Amino acid sequence: MKREFSFLGFTGRGGALSKIHELVREMKVARVMTSSFYSLAPTATMKELEDLLREHRISGAPVVVNDKLVGIVSIEDLIHALERQELDAPVADFMTSEELILARAQEPVMEALRRFEQTGIGRMPVVNGQGKLVGIITRGDITMALLHALQDLYTEAEQIQDRAQFFFDALESEATSLQLRYTVEKGNFARGGDASAKIKRALLRIGASPQLSRRVAIATYEAEMNLIIHTDAGGLILADIQPAEITVVAQDSGPGIPDVELARQPGYSTATSAIREMGFGAGMGLTNIDRCTDSMSLWSVEGVGTRLQMVFKVTPAETGESERDCEAT
Amino acid sequence: MKVSQVVDALEWRVLAGAGKLDSEVNGGYVADLLSCVMAGAQSGDLWITLQTHANIVAVASLLNISAIVVAEGAPVPETTLSKAEEQGVPVLSTAEPVYQTVARMVELGI
Repeated sequence: MKREFSFLGFTGRGGALSKIHELVREMKVARVMTSSFYSLAPTATMKELEDLLREHRISGAPVVVNDKLVGIVSIEDLIHALERQELDAPVADFMTSEELILARAQEPVMEALRRFEQTGIGRMPVVNGQGKLVGIITRGDITMALLHALQDLYTEAEQIQDRAQFFFDALESEATSLQLRYTVEKGNFARGGDASAKIKRALLRIGASPQLSRRVAIATYEAEMNLIIHTDAGGLILADIQPAEITVVAQDSGPGIPDVELARQPGYSTATSAIREMGFGAGMGLTNIDRCTDSMSLWSVEGVGTRLQMVFKVTPAETGESERDCEAT
Repeated sequence: MKVSQVVDALEWRVLAGAGKLDSEVNGGYVADLLSCVMAGAQSGDLWITLQTHANIVAVASLLNISAIVVAEGAPVPETTLSKAEEQGVPVLSTAEPVYQTVARMVELGI
């Protein structure tokens, strides 16, 4: 069995499941259905149906006029015809033409699956937006498509793990860490949160739990917005990711905080009214950061700059119930 | 309950992220101060706000909010909507004030 790679010592278990969810939700019927199928005209005889079913070992066929679906005829209908000895009658006499259970090419596979479950039928004709018959879908088609997609997913995940494993194994050092660096522009609200989002994505990719990624993202976002709102010329965000600990530093070159103790008090803010109108300046930034980090230190000198260091411990047991989850208090 | 079901039941308008309405709604959160949202909103919440600046998208995305609900029919800038499309965050709109919006969500069992 392949060793599961995770730089951060443990893997986010939600990952694979949510991918499967995504697959089932997003995969369209059109991708799964069989587009080659046998159909009959309503004028074909039940004898012709019998031959078709026997020859291709199928249990039913759609009935079409000018590519439009007008009915479905199955092996049960054939049995009825046999009982009444009416094999020369047209298919139109025996087919089901009302309340047809069908699938639409552009609907998610999930919906089709639900219909299979509700009705207990084995196959459905697939029509496009214009009611034209474009394929047939069976429960088996869905299962096979999901299995294939799953296989691809695992192969892809394995390749990523192999590459990452190889990369880190090839490095010899006393302590290996991954460093990420982002420049944050002053006043660029349109890109506010970009650096935090990238750090969060990176953490999830290398195996951090959603909870750990979340508290790093929240704290980093507050620090990022502080650089955008309060600095003279923007600043830098540096993330140093180690297997047991993540450190994020936000630093700038001014103007500096005159009274650090005051700045750390909940509700204290120097934001202008224009900035408050955008929803910032609640004076809760540093309080939020404090709650999301395992330790933080704020160093600032007026006219020189500010350096905020946030440390997050990586704990394998971090769950949704964690006390340091930055959730509501 | 899914976001799409809430949208249908309460007749909200979908301004962005129409393809992302499949996620489960776990609860709701109301605030216009982004730091409050950062501190209090849970993953899967519907976030009701009057704030329409593009930064609401970044906040919602970082917190895995199921959808942003802009109340009082407040106009939402195009920059916000395009960012929401890009990041796959649904932005919904209701003409009702926040209080009524929350009341109707509670009636639905959220």
